[in-house]
Amino acid sequence: MQLTREARCAHTRCEARLSPFTRTLLALCVIAAPALGGVLPEDRADVLWHSYNGGDITIQGPSVLVRKKVSDNLSLSANYYEDMISSASIDVKLSASPYHEKREQWSGGADYLHGKSTYSAGFITSKEPDYKANTSYFAVSQDMFGDLTTITLGYRRAWDRVFRDIKTPGGVLENDPTFHQRADHRGYSLSLTQILTRNAILGFNYELLTDQGYLANPYRKIRYLSPGQGAGFTLADQVYPNTRTSHSASVQLKYYLPYRAALTGQYRFFRDTWGIRAHTLELDYTHPVSKRWIFDTSLRYYRQGAADFYSDLFPRANYQNFMGRDRELAAFHSYTLGAGASYQFAVPGVRALSRNSFNVRVDHLMVDYSDFRNALLAGSYGPGNEPLYKLNANIFQVFVSIWF
Amino acid sequence: MRVAPVKLMRAVTAALLLAALAGCAAPTPWVKPYEREHFADPIMSFNRDPVSSTYLQHVFETREGARGATGSVGGGCGCN
Repeated sequence: MQLTREARCAHTRCEARLSPFTRTLLALCVIAAPALGGVLPEDRADVLWHSYNGGDITIQGPSVLVRKKVSDNLSLSANYYEDMISSASIDVKLSASPYHEKREQWSGGADYLHGKSTYSAGFITSKEPDYKANTSYFAVSQDMFGDLTTITLGYRRAWDRVFRDIKTPGGVLENDPTFHQRADHRGYSLSLTQILTRNAILGFNYELLTDQGYLANPYRKIRYLSPGQGAGFTLADQVYPNTRTSHSASVQLKYYLPYRAALTGQYRFFRDTWGIRAHTLELDYTHPVSKRWIFDTSLRYYRQGAADFYSDLFPRANYQNFMGRDRELAAFHSYTLGAGASYQFAVPGVRALSRNSFNVRVDHLMVDYSDFRNALLAGSYGPGNEPLYKLNANIFQVFVSIWF
Repeated sequence: MRVAPVKLMRAVTAALLLAALAGCAAPTPWVKPYEREHFADPIMSFNRDPVSSTYLQHVFETREGARGATGSVGGGCGCN
């Protein structure tokens, strides 16, 4: 009783000391909060065809995305994505044989709006003959400070099953019954969007990702020096660590130019426990022409250092406990030049098709590796002296969007 | 003996006041709602065409060591 009376007394005294300004501020806090609200994504459908061609790999296929509000508070989305892969890449030529395969991915998600908060959840499942992946995610977004600021916290979890295809005596590819691995992934993300001025908006993203399990590519091999044998090197299985943790942080600044155009600058820093450090820099410019056309151009620069256990050519077998030669782990830099055009149109007489767009986008990717050599030329140059590998690829997208 | 609870209550009150100010009403919106028409323009969206940007992110993530902080979630590999 003594404590309760003391507390009530103290509360009364403190309340009495609050200035009129502070009391008004607190009252506004309570009154204004319910008046602010988030917004669900627009209802739309997108049908896209994509094509990647480079390094003797062709990947193409469709992607269909549909998003629809089913009530004032709930929006549902579904996506189907397909990769049809035809590969005779430098890795495949070195240690396997060319192949064709298909990867299909389905996903479904829901966004629920409650006041200034949006709750999002979804599930993604991906299937190809030698790799199956399931991912679930959850995120919560909060608009605050008069809707100038949006903060999003996200979590995702994925479970992968990794197989290895082998060719039967009859020439048919099937899963190797002796090879079945698993990999688990977790991701934690924090995003912030901030309106800075009436023409500028800032975005910040941070993501922590952890992996555990079989993280290597079962088809790719390391090579080590073996003078006097064949081309002077021998291939062996890669040995990767079973865990990986990475941190990445990015910042984006978008500015509305006085003549209705937008300029975007982006930077991302990445580091992980495998020793990879990477920087990504991107500039985008969007320029509408009349009410019908929107043109986009972009330049992306990417640079990374090699993983600690990467080598193009190891001095000998079992040189160290972890050994990898995936070129994604090598040191390299790349430029991507992109351009796109979007044509806005309406179908006369059809109310559901009053806002649509037809879009084309082309990107050209140029990768220069610093320590990944074309091992197919070892017979001519000698192992370790082959020319450094370069990759040039064209990425093409054509898609139709309908808002309804 | 009576000084400590008073000081404690002052501290609690100050903390509650700061929390209230930080949580709800601290910064007066310096860009008024009627000044935000540019952000309603699709060209100011960070992700104007999700189906296209998700695809492009997938292309980069399967060919680079870096990943994450792009705001999109993917699955599977398709990377050989």
